[in-house]
Amino acid sequence: MSYAATLPAPGAPDFQGAVARRCDTTGLSVCLTAERFIKFNAVAAVVFLLLGGIAAILLALTRWQAVHLLRVDWFYRILTFHGLNMLIFWILFFEVAVLYFACTVPLKSRLFSPKVAWLSFAMMLSGAVMVNVVILQGKADVLMTSYLPLLAHPLFYLGIILVAVGTLIGVFNFFATLYVAKRDRTYEGSIPLVTFGALAAAIIAVVTLLHGAIVMIPTFTYSMGWTAQPDPMWYRMIWWGLGHQSQQVNVCAMVAIWYLIANLSTGAKPVNETVCRGAFVLYILFINLASAHHLLVDPGVGATWKIWNTSYAMYLAVLASMIHGFTVPASVEVAMREKGHVKGLFGWVMSAPWRNPAFAGFVLSVLIFGFIGGITGVTLGTQQINIIAHNTLRITGHFHATVVGGTTLAFMAVTYYVIPLIFRRDFIWRGAARLQPWLFGGGILLVSLGMSFAGSLGVPRRDYDIEPAGIFGPAAHLFLGVMGVGAILAVIGLLLFVLLCVGTILFGESNAGRPMADWGTAQAQVGSRAGSLADDHWAMKGTIALTAVFLAAFAVYYFANWKALADVWPVR
Amino acid sequence: MSLAIPDRGWYRAPAGAEKLWIGLALIWCFVMSLMMPFWHFRGKQNSRGEAYAVQPAAFMARTEKFVAANKVGERDGMPIVEPAPGGEAYLAARMWSWYPILKLRQGETYRLHLSALDLNHGFSLQPLNMNFQVLPGYDHVLTLTPTSKGEFTIVCNEFCGIGHDKMIGKILVE
Repeated sequence: MSYAATLPAPGAPDFQGAVARRCDTTGLSVCLTAERFIKFNAVAAVVFLLLGGIAAILLALTRWQAVHLLRVDWFYRILTFHGLNMLIFWILFFEVAVLYFACTVPLKSRLFSPKVAWLSFAMMLSGAVMVNVVILQGKADVLMTSYLPLLAHPLFYLGIILVAVGTLIGVFNFFATLYVAKRDRTYEGSIPLVTFGALAAAIIAVVTLLHGAIVMIPTFTYSMGWTAQPDPMWYRMIWWGLGHQSQQVNVCAMVAIWYLIANLSTGAKPVNETVCRGAFVLYILFINLASAHHLLVDPGVGATWKIWNTSYAMYLAVLASMIHGFTVPASVEVAMREKGHVKGLFGWVMSAPWRNPAFAGFVLSVLIFGFIGGITGVTLGTQQINIIAHNTLRITGHFHATVVGGTTLAFMAVTYYVIPLIFRRDFIWRGAARLQPWLFGGGILLVSLGMSFAGSLGVPRRDYDIEPAGIFGPAAHLFLGVMGVGAILAVIGLLLFVLLCVGTILFGESNAGRPMADWGTAQAQVGSRAGSLADDHWAMKGTIALTAVFLAAFAVYYFANWKALADVWPVR
Repeated sequence: MSLAIPDRGWYRAPAGAEKLWIGLALIWCFVMSLMMPFWHFRGKQNSRGEAYAVQPAAFMARTEKFVAANKVGERDGMPIVEPAPGGEAYLAARMWSWYPILKLRQGETYRLHLSALDLNHGFSLQPLNMNFQVLPGYDHVLTLTPTSKGEFTIVCNEFCGIGHDKMIGKILVE
């Protein structure tokens, strides 16, 4: 890091009137306006995470047939509530916080406009509150997807539009900040990798949120009685342009956070910047028709459309994820080996900073996202294989591994740095914090596996009760029980996370004026030298072994599903 | 580091293990891409999305006509209908039933017309676990060949309101 010398004195006015401070841990300069809005958005995010988590346990304890907690109307109401709070509100608020961080701190820039940030935050918050109130009043029992001709109260759609437009405004603030930083030359050369990943997320977010506007505005006007009902198939296609691509925003933000935590906890840096950045570009270019995965057994779109959009749009984005799946662990391995942890294939794993909850959460996020979420996602999203998966719990099992085990766990992990560095308070209950990622990650793993196996037995997603069908046996009930137990663990992990965050912000010891209390970082052995493996392109031997196992698991699961498909009735 | 401005001249071609992995991943992506057109021509299970525009009332009229012409029995007030082998069959999805019960013959091929009269529904044939989307306004045609005998259950797997879990249908194969 070469720019410490250019930093202003701590607390001095800087950046054309805005005030920055110098981070006591990293030496980076932090724009105080950005810091304030990172705080607001992160706090709002955690509140929605808590709401979604309470909903999650109610749902899991209802689908666990032996418990079957909720009444039927409240089940679908809470299901609607859970989807929107988790997949939309928690994630979007957190992502806005990530964007504000990524465009200011690493670039030594100020945030473009506090007014725009206020506008974005106010719109998002009022929209989210509006949606939640309408749902809990029982006026929007339409589930997150709100497929027409199901119809909710107009304020439900208006709330979602507010959240989407508010987020777009936040994204605009991000782009404007990048522009201002470039114009004012707050940095020289290329933007850092984390900012680059956030930029990819922001670009995809614009495309995504425009889809949201295209589908939600006519639905809102229809719900007001002003216009005719949009076509149900058109709605599905455009809605998933929002619904699926927003998950690619999550993937980009998550991968950017992987690189960030790898760096903070082990000092890892990209083995090859070009490769990492190229993979982000692949996300931007090849994700845009991924809504096709949700229409693979739909009428009205033909096989050519389905196959083309599945493989063209998907597999180069899959390539991108597979590249990150190599470069992220490789960067950690090279960093560890350079620090002298060279024993065998996996000595670097053994001496990694596992006591650091951010590191543990990050590793679990990589593993759950890759091995479970990634492999199932590509397989279930294969055009024909989707016949034996569509709308079963297999789908839900997939995305709880990607969005929860992957994205949410990564967001939780980075929070173990966000609170000490941005809120400047050291965590309370550090032992509990070290346990939290394992509790949450382990719970979600069980949830995902329970759902996936139940779905393989035909159990539908979004279904109050499987008994009326009269065909689901003990195995299906067992796997729903596994899901229930996993959900209890995960929700305990979630509540612990919220408690740790709130408790630390309120009662944590201030670390202003000194470095944050170290969670545990990888230490260099005597005689090791940073950069000693820079020219060894085969140094990441453990990663090579891991990715070989990954590819083998992928191929086995993929072809096993073709075999399962070949066993059902011929259909065309 | 990932947070710092990279040194100038960071552009480098991938090398070594990284290059190998990108190559392997790319080949794997190609294999997966080619599997779908391969299965489209050589495999027996495909979803072509064959569909025609139809108004719910018109679809129900066709279904009633089909039931009247081919009814062979009744179970709990629901007609059991046996289409001609190789012929057309109609199945209407509505809140919260599948109408009628179909009786098919093993090894014969049928053109099964699926449509919804109100909301989205999900045609989920168990225990085979074959799933197709059913939409109002679309006559979704599956060219289907039952290859196993027995009583099969249709579960609705797209949320369609409060009685969704009780929306159960039957296909009998002899």
